[in-house]
Amino acid sequence: MSDTSNTVKGKGSPKDEKADAAVEAPTTVAPADDPTAAPVPVVDPRLLVREEGLKGYITEFKRKVKGGELGSLPVFIGLIIIWTIFQLKNDRFLSADNLSNISYFLSATGMLAIGLVFVLLLGEIDLSVGSVSGLASTVFAVFVVNHGMNGWLALILTIITGIGIGALHGWFFAKIGVPAFVVTLAGFLGWNGLMLWLLGSSGTINIPADSGPVHLFGQNSFFMDQAIVGAYLLAGLGVVLMLVGSFNDQRRRKAAGVPFRPTSEILLRAGLLAVASFVAAATLNNSAGVSNALVIFLAALVVVDFVLRRTTYGRKVFAVGGGIEAARRAGINVPMVRITVFAISGGFAALGGMFFAGQTASATLNAGGGNTLMLAIAAAVIGGTSLFGGRGSVWSALLGMLVIQSIQTGLDLLNMNTSIQYMITGAVLLGAVVIDSVSRKSQKAAGRA
Amino acid sequence: MVHVSATPVLALRGVSKRFGAVQALTDVELEVHAGEVVALVGDNGAGKSTLVKTIAGVHPIDEGVIEWEGRPVSITKPHDAQGLGVATVYQDLALCDNLDVVGNLFLGRELLHRGAIDEVTMEKQARELLSTLSIRIPSVRIPIASLSGGQRQVVAIARALIGDPKVVILDEPTAALGVEQTAQVLDLVERLRERDLGVILISHNMADVKAVADTVAVLRLGKNNGFFPVKSTSHEDIIAAITGATDNAVTRRAERRSTEAAK
Repeated sequence: MSDTSNTVKGKGSPKDEKADAAVEAPTTVAPADDPTAAPVPVVDPRLLVREEGLKGYITEFKRKVKGGELGSLPVFIGLIIIWTIFQLKNDRFLSADNLSNISYFLSATGMLAIGLVFVLLLGEIDLSVGSVSGLASTVFAVFVVNHGMNGWLALILTIITGIGIGALHGWFFAKIGVPAFVVTLAGFLGWNGLMLWLLGSSGTINIPADSGPVHLFGQNSFFMDQAIVGAYLLAGLGVVLMLVGSFNDQRRRKAAGVPFRPTSEILLRAGLLAVASFVAAATLNNSAGVSNALVIFLAALVVVDFVLRRTTYGRKVFAVGGGIEAARRAGINVPMVRITVFAISGGFAALGGMFFAGQTASATLNAGGGNTLMLAIAAAVIGGTSLFGGRGSVWSALLGMLVIQSIQTGLDLLNMNTSIQYMITGAVLLGAVVIDSVSRKSQKAAGRA
Repeated sequence: MVHVSATPVLALRGVSKRFGAVQALTDVELEVHAGEVVALVGDNGAGKSTLVKTIAGVHPIDEGVIEWEGRPVSITKPHDAQGLGVATVYQDLALCDNLDVVGNLFLGRELLHRGAIDEVTMEKQARELLSTLSIRIPSVRIPIASLSGGQRQVVAIARALIGDPKVVILDEPTAALGVEQTAQVLDLVERLRERDLGVILISHNMADVKAVADTVAVLRLGKNNGFFPVKSTSHEDIIAAITGATDNAVTRRAERRSTEAAK
């Protein structure tokens, strides 16, 4: 608690001082014993307020953690622990080649995780994404190899197939009222069966990987053909976009007289992003460069983040996840949101399946099987998207996948066999859900859920 | 304090509503003028909620006419009512806990700026709206989950005002509130009247009704049981109309006697 009088991030212009006084209670709360009193600029001692400067950040951060708003904190702690352990066990773990491997392989499951973030935001679950991704790679292989279709056309048809499958799940859930868990569990089995049937006796279909989408998603396809400048260009682009966006927002907020982010904070955030992205770019350049799969994954993250945070559709998804009745009364078509969310999940599952096909240049019997589904769910949850709906961000797909793929790659490096890998994956998923549940509990205790 | 215009904004003429074998509303009349607070009172099962839902478009009426600014209109779905300018604040507030105050205020009517949600203008308008209503909340950017019951109630009422309605229906706005919060909501109701809105206030609390309402409309067993101007009516008269205390064996006998005597 603090008595500082200067508590809001920015000060409104003088003409808005009155509005500030009435609305922004950190600066102005009338004494509780006198409801008719005009707002006077005093600080309600019960309110936790934010101090200026670095100390403010630290106290705010502590308070948030105590209140169960962990955000990306478990990810960073987890990453540090995982990287330390694996580096101690095998000093090749933090080599540029291995980190480049991690960055490439995380994109396929990451695509599945993006779709799952949508579903998790509704507070539902989609257990079919693994099977749908496997089916997608097979459908694509059948189109291209058995029917000689153009690769790009086949890609589009495959993604449409995934969207259709997802929409079907969503329809059963939203219109018939079958629990999403059961619908997608049926899909998990059913679509896997369809994939096995399509592959038939051959078992594996090899897809020519010298061109087309399979080459693009493959391991030998790099951004700007491995040009050194390519990675830095991407990193620079990210930082510049962030700076332009932040300053634009700051300018509009200043003009409108609402609290805005101070320049120092924007520069600090941009600086951190710049350090992270340029270090990543330099590391990847030390190896082979930035894989196109990663670039597509990152581009998808940026687009989806915009959709979720800044469009009415995204707002509807959050609203349905936060309160179905409230959403319905606000005129939101809840069944439509549910069906489209599952369709999006199916579409991203199909796209992820294409990435898997790119990794092996084939459609195989075990595509999308094994622990693919578990890894995708774990990634979304570890990254900070709640299983209980309404809370999360699509960046959790990236952060969670960093953790998951680090574990996978590390275990491969140590030559652990599948049995150990499954046990560890199971434990990680359980751990992530435990963190989510505990943080939700403390959020409730702190009056934030 | 009442500035009643000639034509009521909203008028119900002989409205009836059946649910299967149950006659929920029978020939109900109701008038709401701009700048008037009409308290709708009655015991449980008197038909208050049904009446409100017919106005809000949740239950279409079976018989009768709903007039809007003198013209008969048909309200068959919530969208129709919203389109006319009827805003309803239900008892279970139905706010999204995970969205912040601005997000909830504009839910379903987000402002756009070049195709994207315009958070800046929305925040500005939210602050202006809350300050004109003298609503005090810690910040417009905290999630609804962090607000107290009274704060949620005022946010829910403010939310009803975003669409510039002409009639606001409040379903038991003070039922779950403490002393100070109740006073704040009643202040808010008075400010709605000052803004020339018609307000229909459902309440079981006679003190609240006496405090803010201009007219009391009593429903009993799905029928009108009297309209009372608040200023000139005693507490007991309203209670009597609600409970039907004047309608019992004794009064019926007295009435019969007097009519017999008249013969």
